[in-house]
Amino acid sequence: MEGRLNNMWRLTVNESKFVESALQSELRVDGRGLYDYRKLTIKFGKESGSSEVQLGQTHVMAFVTAQLVQPYKDRPNEGSFSIFTEFSPMADPSFEPGHPGESAVELGRIIDRALRESRAVDTESLCVLAGKLVWSVRIDLHILDNGGNLVDAANIAALAALLTFRRPDCTVGGENSQEVIIHPPEEREPLPLIIHHLPIAFTFGFFNKGSILVMDPTYVEEAVMCGRMTVTVNANGDICAIQKPGEEGVNQSVILHCLRLASSRAAATTKIIREAVEAYNRERSSQKVKRHHTLAKSEVSGPIVVV
Amino acid sequence: MEYVNPEGLRLDGRRFNEMRQIVAEVGVVSKADGSAVFEMGNTKVIAAVYGPREIQNKSQQKKNDHAVVLCEYSMAQFSTGDRRRQKFDRRSTELSLVIRQTMEACILTELMPHSQIDIFLQVLQADGGTRSACINAATLALADAGIPMRDLAVSCSAGYLNSTPLLDLNYVEDSAGGADVTVGILPKLDKVTLLQMDAKLPMETFETVFALASEGCKAIAERIREVLQENTKQLEYRRAA
Repeated sequence: MEGRLNNMWRLTVNESKFVESALQSELRVDGRGLYDYRKLTIKFGKESGSSEVQLGQTHVMAFVTAQLVQPYKDRPNEGSFSIFTEFSPMADPSFEPGHPGESAVELGRIIDRALRESRAVDTESLCVLAGKLVWSVRIDLHILDNGGNLVDAANIAALAALLTFRRPDCTVGGENSQEVIIHPPEEREPLPLIIHHLPIAFTFGFFNKGSILVMDPTYVEEAVMCGRMTVTVNANGDICAIQKPGEEGVNQSVILHCLRLASSRAAATTKIIREAVEAYNRERSSQKVKRHHTLAKSEVSGPIVVV
Repeated sequence: MEYVNPEGLRLDGRRFNEMRQIVAEVGVVSKADGSAVFEMGNTKVIAAVYGPREIQNKSQQKKNDHAVVLCEYSMAQFSTGDRRRQKFDRRSTELSLVIRQTMEACILTELMPHSQIDIFLQVLQADGGTRSACINAATLALADAGIPMRDLAVSCSAGYLNSTPLLDLNYVEDSAGGADVTVGILPKLDKVTLLQMDAKLPMETFETVFALASEGCKAIAERIREVLQENTKQLEYRRAA
């Protein structure tokens, strides 16, 4: 991974030795246990389908948008979704402007595969007119600050954004029922996407020739580690994707241990995401009610308002 | 669709734990320091290795005391049924990265500081399992180039269709939407370097599919060793004559 190697280059020998020897006595530089996760906060933007995830120092933003396009020829009644990653040079000195680098492509592919191959997003419900028009959902992931473990943070951001995204409702009408009417949000309540389950990514770092295992590595740890593995699981205990892209070899038992650790954490992370989404939805609906309420009120009590 | 019939035979007549025919040959590109062709049924990959040679682009050097490994994976336009659109898509970029890191783990890069090793991989025919075939071809080519390695990195894939774990998926089985697990191992050290998997699988099922793929890797390692030994014998014979 280009980015990782670059920051390994900048890390002093002293620093990397310190991190490694501390890990040998099961201590991490930020005081966490080996399998502890950093604090996760999820915030949402004003518009639907935008989220900001903060995982320790890592800061990722996701935006979901949709437009009507012609479907792919081999899948005439399925909508599509695609993931775009933006590694801004602002987040890390090793990120270069311009074309997405290898790490950006890999991150996008890990998240894309986990969502697509496990059929987390129901693409058939995105079909408007078979063979003619389907919704194409686009997820943009922006890395705002690289504090390590971008994959997990970006994955959670993508899920949170997908869960809060609303697409405009549309109906097929007209003479030969080939006309599509898109209803503006004021007219008809926009619809959420159908998401069957939440595949959640957990990244592990391997140290000391694969003998030490660490969950959710930070930026410094990423510079020192000799290998990594991302396991994507859902709360039902299914494995949705695994990515261990070469690097240091580890024993089979270590891999199975990682899978078990990830499965045991999946439910908790799912709960955090669901709760954040619910809180957001509640706030939105209450805002809507309030708006109508104040409108009605001001009509009645309009003249009384004096400042 | 039925991918395994009641007799337990797959679409191409194989059993669940049967691999496709492997044909491998080293020394196929005369200009390269090492090269190999690796065929697995209808999947055919050609690999060429150049190096260790002087670093051409100094900015690529990250660690001073290690050799730089570069890898380029590309699929020929004619390798699939319908002509491929672009040469370097995201998939190729990811596969190049994955293959590079897998080979990096098995090459003794610390023995060759200030040098670079280039691996070029070209898929001539794609019928599923190209990334496994590429890793196997790269291993053969590296061995042919005489580059010191920890072990022979080998790779094999396995899937899960019709509630049966299947070894070495072909294109039809691969695109059926079932699971696809690609494993790369260092057989002598018994370490897993590469592991890629997608599609939803319960834990226990994954373990059996993973074990099947690992067994497949070991069988391939044996075959690769035979090919290399045969090649060495040939070289010896030629020198004597």
